[in-house]
Amino acid sequence: MTDALSQDTALPSPGAPLALDSAFPRREAREKVTGAARYAAEHTPPDCAYAWPVPATVARGRVTALHTADVLALPGVLAVLTHTDAPRLGPSDDPTLALLQDDRVPHRGWYVALAVADSLESARAAADALRVEYDTDEHDVRLTADHPRLYTPEEANGGHPAVRERGDFDAAFAAADVRVDATYTMPALHNHPMEPHASTAWWTDDGRLTVYDSSQGSATVRDTLAGLFNVPEDAVTVLSEHVGGGFGAKGTPRAQVVLAAMAARHTGRPVKLALPRHQLAAVVGHRAPTVQRVRLGASSDGVITALAHEVVTHTSTVREFVEQAAVPARTMYTSPNSRTTHRVVALDVPTPSWMRAPGEASGMYALESAMDELAAATGIDPVELRLRNEPAAEPDSGRPFSSRHLADCLREGARRFGWEGREARSGVRRAGDLLLGTGVASATYPVLVSPSTATAHADRDGSYTILVNATDIGTGARTVLAQIAAEVLGTRPDTVRVDIGRSTLPTAPLAGGSSGTASWGWAVHKACTALAGKLRAHSGELPAEGLSASADTEEEAGRESPYARHAFGAHFAEVQVDTVTGEVRVRRLLGVYAAGRILNPRTARSQFIGGMTMGIGMALTESSTMDAGFGDFAERDLAAYHVPSCADAPAIEAYWVEEDDPHLNPMGSKGIGEIGIVGTAAAVANAVHHAVGVRLRDLPLTPDRLLPHLATAPHAFPLAVSGK
Amino acid sequence: MPERGAPEIPVSLVSLRVNGTWLSLRLDNRTTLLDALREHLDLVGAKKGCDHGQCGACTVLVGGRRANSCLLLAVACDGSDVTTVEGLAEGERLHPVQEAFVAHDALQCGYCTPGQICSAVGMLAEAAEGHPSYATAPDRLAADSSPGQGAPEPFDALEIRERMSGNLCRCGAYPNIVDAIAEAARS
Amino acid sequence: MRPFSYLRAATAEEALDAFAARPGAQFLGGGTNLVDLMKLGVTAPEFLIDVSRLPLDSVETTPEGGLHIGATVRNSDLAAHPVVRTRYTALSQALLSGASGQLRNTATTGGNLLQRTRCPYFQDTSKPCNKREPGTGCPARDGVHRDLAVLGHSAHCVATHPSDMAVALAALDATVQVRGAGGERTVPVTDLHRLPGDRPDVDTVLRPGELITGVTLPPRADGGHSGYRKARDRASYAFALASVAATVRVEGGLVRDASLAFGGLAHRPWRARAAEEVLRGAPATVETYARAADAELAAAEPLRDNAFKVTLTRNLTVNVLSDLASRAEEGARPPT
Repeated sequence: MTDALSQDTALPSPGAPLALDSAFPRREAREKVTGAARYAAEHTPPDCAYAWPVPATVARGRVTALHTADVLALPGVLAVLTHTDAPRLGPSDDPTLALLQDDRVPHRGWYVALAVADSLESARAAADALRVEYDTDEHDVRLTADHPRLYTPEEANGGHPAVRERGDFDAAFAAADVRVDATYTMPALHNHPMEPHASTAWWTDDGRLTVYDSSQGSATVRDTLAGLFNVPEDAVTVLSEHVGGGFGAKGTPRAQVVLAAMAARHTGRPVKLALPRHQLAAVVGHRAPTVQRVRLGASSDGVITALAHEVVTHTSTVREFVEQAAVPARTMYTSPNSRTTHRVVALDVPTPSWMRAPGEASGMYALESAMDELAAATGIDPVELRLRNEPAAEPDSGRPFSSRHLADCLREGARRFGWEGREARSGVRRAGDLLLGTGVASATYPVLVSPSTATAHADRDGSYTILVNATDIGTGARTVLAQIAAEVLGTRPDTVRVDIGRSTLPTAPLAGGSSGTASWGWAVHKACTALAGKLRAHSGELPAEGLSASADTEEEAGRESPYARHAFGAHFAEVQVDTVTGEVRVRRLLGVYAAGRILNPRTARSQFIGGMTMGIGMALTESSTMDAGFGDFAERDLAAYHVPSCADAPAIEAYWVEEDDPHLNPMGSKGIGEIGIVGTAAAVANAVHHAVGVRLRDLPLTPDRLLPHLATAPHAFPLAVSGK
Repeated sequence: MPERGAPEIPVSLVSLRVNGTWLSLRLDNRTTLLDALREHLDLVGAKKGCDHGQCGACTVLVGGRRANSCLLLAVACDGSDVTTVEGLAEGERLHPVQEAFVAHDALQCGYCTPGQICSAVGMLAEAAEGHPSYATAPDRLAADSSPGQGAPEPFDALEIRERMSGNLCRCGAYPNIVDAIAEAARS
Repeated sequence: MRPFSYLRAATAEEALDAFAARPGAQFLGGGTNLVDLMKLGVTAPEFLIDVSRLPLDSVETTPEGGLHIGATVRNSDLAAHPVVRTRYTALSQALLSGASGQLRNTATTGGNLLQRTRCPYFQDTSKPCNKREPGTGCPARDGVHRDLAVLGHSAHCVATHPSDMAVALAALDATVQVRGAGGERTVPVTDLHRLPGDRPDVDTVLRPGELITGVTLPPRADGGHSGYRKARDRASYAFALASVAATVRVEGGLVRDASLAFGGLAHRPWRARAAEEVLRGAPATVETYARAADAELAAAEPLRDNAFKVTLTRNLTVNVLSDLASRAEEGARPPT
């Protein structure tokens, strides 16, 4: 940990000009530890009413009757909005937002009504009391690898081609010295940010709408609401000052903001709506379940000659979303002959969406597990195997990498973890009732960046203000943007105010795709550079109103790079498998990343560790079962859906290698918010294989999955009589 | 809505001492302590993460002990002493646990943070009274000990993790939370 | 949640009188399960009688050398009680393995016993459930049931009782004191909870309006040890997939006496009397423990997705008994 601390606590020396690379404390930390930071449902305008949604209780069909009169007679009830009387919505790109517009029920949990009442208690009682009748159709919610309605989409999430072929995979695979052919499955997973999706909305007499919304990007929320409610964009103000996590589930507007605005318009009162936790699984998106077949053909020295990654997943009938799980295989390893494909089936299920590293997190679980299988098949150490398959350029595009230091991450991680001398055999390390094992997996995440605007302002008193509609969902955006500004302006970050989280600020993209800091920071950098120029040109005292400069990175950030730009990393895990219970626990988890310049070691480390923790959940505890009979996810609350608890998170260490990449943005940074989850599940699962000696290819690795493979007393071995 | 002839909603007069001040509230019997704090007293530090006792974000101290305020009916708390995260600091001076959370970056989105902090404050008091945990070794658990004998030794990361597991953090700040609490425990 | 009237009872008499006046009433203890169920709409009382502050909050040694636990003693206080820790260790461990520190501070002894199943269908009012709405059916039997019963279930219900505490109490031969309109009575904790049969809506043998006032633990023989172990999906804050509570007394290499109870397997804490028969007088060996577990689990009827619970319980049984027996062999230590 000593090294981690020194990396982590590179605090700036007083008056140091370098604002970046320093571990400045999180700006809003004091507000957050005192309860002063307000989230979307924590604003209560006068006369505020409360709304509670009513989910459909059939998997497919039509609403035929809504007995609203009974509910309206209940005390405190103001309104029950249904498809018959809810405001008609204008167009939107997202059909999941066409709420209460018709009688169709596309999946269980789809909202069919919204109760509005004087109090939260009465709103919930009203929603519970509403009787709804349906015409029910047969439903199909079961994803299978051979589903007859599977099709190849035009593209997968992120605009990636659904299918890519290079060389002749079939021939190369058939001719390979060593072959791995394995299928891995993952259930649906849920983002479950700690703050449920919430909005507080009100209309004013002049037709303006104001909304506090729990969102990763208030600009999109503003634009979407303007379209849906047919008002000019500048008549809508969206505030997302503090957001209690999102992990993709708040990346675009979700149901709560549309319903709250509807109810506010309908009742003429401010309306607060926080979605109940157990409704989230059906309406805010989920990581789609995947069935992934990976085939690796290699020469006996472990060099890959053929690689196929074929993904089957589901989407809903409402909107197509295709988890791009085969995409990382286009970047990772030498693969002269390659086939990467996605097929999807539209089922009567909730609509999947983004969850932390969509595509990479799921795809790298399969690919990195298959790499471990190839290592076992060739007898080559798993770290060494990956080093032997480092490509000279991005395999799929042929483009050179702007920087690629995966090998350094693997070597550095192996050194820090103590990988050398690892027991080559699996299933042999034992401590009492426990089997122990270690595993490794690589990580990757693309460098994404979007155009942004920003304004930098200098005051007479020597202080500065940055205005940019960035969103801090827990990343430390305020902190790092102040550092970027201070670096350009040659000042200390504490002289820089950062104003974010409001749609009236200069327009900026969402906090997502690990692109926030790059996108906003670039605009801040550009605006500050312009302001610094103005300040240099100015002589004497500043005018009373100060000096300002604005910037728009439309051109530079939107430009396509000739380089393949990705962050890389390596994850190392040690696990214990309890032979008595089948319980798997992570003992150690270590990540090393090559993610460009790390702008704030403190907040960066927190993000890496956070991603790795979510990866532990993906590997071991998180599972969502589609209940075929009813068409909903069975584990909808936080008692049944097992987000990792504190006891599940061991000592987790995150490090990075210095990486100087001139092809990124003025700061030289790559995204860091998602790569921590990528490959973590594979590292854990590979460690489980090392511990037990059996390859389990279906996540999560819960006791029911492990127990059949563990010898039971007294048949195979005597238990350690002393217990643990 | 009396004009519709709706039945009355039973309400109660509830007295609470919140962060040192006695308050009297007229509340729907259905109102939880959490909703009383958030919707009636504008004390939004206690968070609603799940509303069912499954995440710990609503943790406050009731009578000095940590509790999930989402599962407590406010009316059943009549006469209770409640401390929320807003009541921990003394003026501008943060509580040592709050200070340690800032110092260790033991938070990201911040939504679970007030619950984590209240829970940690309550947990450290429990440990100081000698309360065991499931992580306490059986022989130590069974050793003759009376309340007030102090935390089981060693009060290590395993103990802190087990005792803090009623507070979920989706951002994954656990290692920093544990470090922060360990530091606060030492001070 | 439906509107309800509320009364805080100062004495058990007052609580019983209040119930007599309003038969649809429910008693409110710590509320950690009842308030949850009211929010879900699973139960909708019109009248709550708060019994959480009845003067039943003490733990006292009985004249026989046992322990009497008041019904409103909080789970955390009970787990930390020195006599529970030293002489009824299984109970302390079971309590500490359950829920979270916050919930244990709130939940009461009586309420813990009366908590209801966490079967997902029972908790979802939009779905059939014989326990919640008799006669509607049990979708769990062919649905999502990995966490549900393998022992003692019926065609009507495959729910499990979620309590950890009750499993330890079952192994420790606890009795439950109950007061109702007809006076006081004592029920062995192993008889408190029913098997579902064709009336899964009835969890316990309590009559309407009966109030749990306390739990009594019999004296523990010297030289015995007790323990509790639980397996779960995450490392903490999760219900048991399966759990085992046991007491063992070993002398001269033979099991002199043993009691065993399983959690997470059935509609009630499962006292494993067939296993105990095998254990009593048999050599204190792993083979004996496995044989004992097998004798009990022979009656298991796993559902499609929960057969692993049989193996899991067998392993836990062997492990807990081995551990306790080895400590008993060491002999020098005080009984736990």
